[in-house]
Amino acid sequence: MQTNIITVDVLVIGGGTAGPMAAIKAKEANPQLRVLLLEKAHVKRSGAISMGMDGLNNAVVPGHATPEQYVKEITVANDGIVNQHTVMAYARNSFPMIEELDSWGVKFEKDETGDYAVRKVHHVGTYVLPMPEGHDIKKVLYRRLRKHGVEISNRLVATRLFKDAQGRIAGTAAVDSRTAEFHVVRAKTVILCTGAAGRLGLPASGYLFGTYENPTNAGDGYSMAYHAGAELSGIECFQINPLIKDYNGPSCAYVTGPFGGFTANSKGERFIECDYWSGQMMLEFYRELEGGKGPVFLKLNHLAEETIEKIEDILHGNERPSRGRFHAGRGTNYRQQMVEMHISEIGLCSGHSASGVWVDEHGRTTVPGLYAAGDLACVPHNYMLGAFVYGKLAGEDAAAYCAEYEQGEIAEADIEAERERVLAPLSRPDGLPSNQLEYKLRRMVNDYLQPPKVTRKMEIGLSRFAEIAEDYQQVGARNPHELLRTIELSAILDCAEMAARASLYREESRWGLYHYRVDFPDTNNEDWFAHVQLQKDENGSMVCFKREVAPYIVPLHDNERDAYARLRIKREEQP
Amino acid sequence: MTLAYTPSSLPVIIDADKCIADKGCTICVEVCPLDILEIDAASGKAAIKYDECWYCLPCEQDCPVGAIRVEIPYLLR
Repeated sequence: MQTNIITVDVLVIGGGTAGPMAAIKAKEANPQLRVLLLEKAHVKRSGAISMGMDGLNNAVVPGHATPEQYVKEITVANDGIVNQHTVMAYARNSFPMIEELDSWGVKFEKDETGDYAVRKVHHVGTYVLPMPEGHDIKKVLYRRLRKHGVEISNRLVATRLFKDAQGRIAGTAAVDSRTAEFHVVRAKTVILCTGAAGRLGLPASGYLFGTYENPTNAGDGYSMAYHAGAELSGIECFQINPLIKDYNGPSCAYVTGPFGGFTANSKGERFIECDYWSGQMMLEFYRELEGGKGPVFLKLNHLAEETIEKIEDILHGNERPSRGRFHAGRGTNYRQQMVEMHISEIGLCSGHSASGVWVDEHGRTTVPGLYAAGDLACVPHNYMLGAFVYGKLAGEDAAAYCAEYEQGEIAEADIEAERERVLAPLSRPDGLPSNQLEYKLRRMVNDYLQPPKVTRKMEIGLSRFAEIAEDYQQVGARNPHELLRTIELSAILDCAEMAARASLYREESRWGLYHYRVDFPDTNNEDWFAHVQLQKDENGSMVCFKREVAPYIVPLHDNERDAYARLRIKREEQP
Repeated sequence: MTLAYTPSSLPVIIDADKCIADKGCTICVEVCPLDILEIDAASGKAAIKYDECWYCLPCEQDCPVGAIRVEIPYLLR
């Protein structure tokens, strides 16, 4: 059978945010290198920022914040479980990256003196930099890719990584989503930039593609890194976001907060001091949502007309531009009604929480030659700017790695086994429909893994997931597009099992709602002040183990540790 | 296995009179992150083929002739 073989030096998988930056920086570091960017969709409009972004959530701008302050803030926001070295590498590179993006033509809000107009949303520091014209960011990236001569292959779906006999990364298998042709890309080094696992939980609407994350981000990278033997970390620290009810757009207290908008209960009262997304914030949100003063709303109807017009301009033009027509359909006008909110389905995403592939401060995973960056890589609360920074760090390090190592050999048997696995659904055109398996799996994820987490439920969930994994052997595809969905489904299956096993392993509660275990309701620092790592062992079993938290480089004072635990506004008891 | 086909209202509305896919344009097909649009072989016009729309709007915004309108999927409306 014919296999298309491509050989490159640096292979970047995923053309959203971190991926283009990694490819550009590898090529800048050494223009002689052959750098290939693989994208499932089209680089022009792919990934989490396909329609742009309305701001930076974590800009460390001199005069407003220092890297040390930022590291402290994220350490506290993530309940102490961080590798401060990776957060510091982000923080130090944050401002140079803003300046570089600015020089490329990305527009950030500036004040009348030309300084960046940074705003306060976090509990302690000041890190939010609006981008009212952020809708063009993908175009800017695309121009840079062309300028540097990065090769781009759209519509190629990476499925499994290959290693050589020494255990170094040697390339990937990929399938063309338009033709179902099987490809092998040989590479000295691979940078995974495949985004979040956003198709894990099922949105309350039951609509498979109504997810918070771009649904192309199905967890492919989590699955590929796992099967390559890389360590993953903090998988039990789920991503759960406050969203507009029935619409996948964030409530956007980040955007509206500096203008006076806030998260309110049904009485229109504030109940949290800070709208920055953290596990504790989500737990307070959940309690209010389920409590007698619920549900929860975004309150803007006390603001002046010109302020609301400005908010509409930002929220309806960027990131989620269909938001305006959703509100129009429901008869919601920011001037008159508060906007009903809800919590999102669960996902894995280090950009928002901490669940990702373990990396060091250069983006290196635990597999030699394999890097990860962006939402996929475990650098807590990293967001879009973190994806750019870690794309850069990984791209530069990967370019240096290429000078040291030769291309590894891929065993023919590995290639054949993967070809057989990935193309099998095409031989069963009348097989089980992939969309039904996916619906059932993701509904079970909601039933058994959505916090509050319950031990016995998660154990039952694991049994159900295993049954669906059995059914997967009967899944069918009648064309290349349906085959693509089966490939994504196999990644979702892996992610569901990882989410359950990591959650069961950590026998305490931490990160507010993200890992709220009803049968272990307290945080237990004595036994669990550690990272929970997850890995495929040499027998092919999924195992979890603890990894010590590296000594802090920015120490915390005792009175700073619980800043995020005191989010709920204290009210005098009414007589 | 026997398969049934259940109807579903699709949120991407394409004005065939305006669409210039028959003149070689494939922009909407290329920019859709979910790859759910195709040029229909019979009509030569763009069409939505899969009920997998994320209502993210690149197709609508990048269409050079304004032939596309994306609605919020009925289940979410």
